[in-house]
Amino acid sequence: MQKTSITGLVLKRLTSGLVTLVLVSLMVFAGTEILPGDVAEAILGQQATAESVQVLRDKLGLERPAIVRYFEWLWNFAQGDLGRSLASGREISSLLSGRLGNTFFLALTAAAIAIPISVLLGLLAALYEDKLVDKGITISTLIFVSTPDFLIGYLLLLWGAVKLGWFPALSRMSSSMSFGDQLHVIAMPCLTLALVVSAHTMRLTRAAILQVMSQPYVEMAELKGASRKRIILKHAFPNALSPVLNIVLLTLAYLIVGVVVVEAVFNYSGMGRLMIDAVSTRDMPLVQACGLIFASVYVLLNLTADILSILTNPRRRRPI
Amino acid sequence: MIKVIRNFDIGAKIGLVLLILFLTIVFLGPMMSPYSEVEIVGDVWESPNTSFWLGTDHVGRDLLTRIFTGGRMTVVVALIATCGAFLVGCPLGIASAVIGGWFDLLVTRAVDAVMAFPGLILALIVLSAIGTSIPALIFVIMVLDSTTVYRLTRAVAADIAVMNYIEVARLRGENMRWFLFKEILPNVAPTLLTEFGLRFVYSAIMISSLSFLGLGIQPPYADLGGMVKENAMAISFGRSAPILPAVALALLAIGVNLIVDGLLRHRAKLDQYK
Repeated sequence: MQKTSITGLVLKRLTSGLVTLVLVSLMVFAGTEILPGDVAEAILGQQATAESVQVLRDKLGLERPAIVRYFEWLWNFAQGDLGRSLASGREISSLLSGRLGNTFFLALTAAAIAIPISVLLGLLAALYEDKLVDKGITISTLIFVSTPDFLIGYLLLLWGAVKLGWFPALSRMSSSMSFGDQLHVIAMPCLTLALVVSAHTMRLTRAAILQVMSQPYVEMAELKGASRKRIILKHAFPNALSPVLNIVLLTLAYLIVGVVVVEAVFNYSGMGRLMIDAVSTRDMPLVQACGLIFASVYVLLNLTADILSILTNPRRRRPI
Repeated sequence: MIKVIRNFDIGAKIGLVLLILFLTIVFLGPMMSPYSEVEIVGDVWESPNTSFWLGTDHVGRDLLTRIFTGGRMTVVVALIATCGAFLVGCPLGIASAVIGGWFDLLVTRAVDAVMAFPGLILALIVLSAIGTSIPALIFVIMVLDSTTVYRLTRAVAADIAVMNYIEVARLRGENMRWFLFKEILPNVAPTLLTEFGLRFVYSAIMISSLSFLGLGIQPPYADLGGMVKENAMAISFGRSAPILPAVALALLAIGVNLIVDGLLRHRAKLDQYK
């Protein structure tokens, strides 16, 4: 009985995740359709005659209803055909291929540094609540949360690249570099990203642990004389696991937003900069492709967070 | 009000001083400055000196004066967007909690759909479609912010909607307007006030980030983020021109966040005594 209800809940959550994905794709498509004029006018520019626009429109099949084009776009997308960029005329999939890898490399390295450190510091702050350690951590996270991403980036750039000359100012990646060289090149954007997200992660972890530590069963364990180690490992930790796992995945999701600005600061050739360039040249197919990829990763991470929290937290197994 | 401020902890007091200082400087500064924000008065990227306290920017304008007007632009645009978000989000949230049923379901689903996006990505998609202008920017931030405001207001209002005094008002036969403005709004106000601070900081940083990416406020107008972008090249010469506007933004954000933190802690203490 118990087991079927868990799979049922997970399945239910998966379905709703799938619905969200479809909804997101619909919004990406609709969002880029609301502009006056269409792709044909955008390709040909303002000098185009009405006839040539009409010819291109027929060729691209723009006369068909939007709903048909939406499904066609989605179907092609699922098969890996992302269409062509308006600005350069190149296949979007070939534009994306290297950059997608670069962005993931940057984000995952940042996550590998930020998550263990920030969860640990958050834990420390919670254990020494209102002591000096906690106050120090709380104040510094507040400062980092309030600091715009580009400020951290430029401060690191000024010190790490210009004044000390330890790292290159432009983070140029190439596949011929060794792994060590690649790490050296992304060191500063990676550190920026890690600093940006770890402040959020620390604050969330601290709050989650404190919430668990204020529960009656922890007080009970204290009253019956259990050691601090035992309270934390046996009573608090299992219950804090679910919120902390959630926080880790939310951190990954947050990295997606952070990566866009950080790539711009360091001129790193990733998805974020590609999307910004696409937005400023109003290259709609490219904006759609990048937007859908970013949003899908975000939705999938949130979905995983939810499913993990169902699996690790028995209380969530109750039907809502 | 004064009592609340007196009860602030040291952090919140520092925050209040920072905020007041920032606002006074940004709004009175342009009048005190001997230069205007558009006139070219010196060389490119001069170091700070006695005539230009923070140096000059990429075309030789006084950086300090630019920070005054840029900061004013950031504050004003962020304030308009945040107010807009509350004007949309609050009534919808309270209405959802009071009416319930299909209306609640519909709005909640729509808000969920918007929140399924990472904010910056949604902003980029919408800005690519409607183009970059200040009204477009305000619209985008307003939509993004109103979702969180809606969720919070709905949650708080739903708690209040089941209280006894609401039941009494319902039995008295009061109309919707009475419910919204006399019964529920005064009770959700404290929570909304702290949320306003958080949303304002979020908007200010989001607007500056978009301007920094070249998609927010466009020249000839400039906000703090746009100034960072303009002066970005100075960093390779070891100049601090792009850092100073960003520091100004960070000080504003730290000030407001300190106040919000203080208010939240104050409320948590009150709850403990209950």
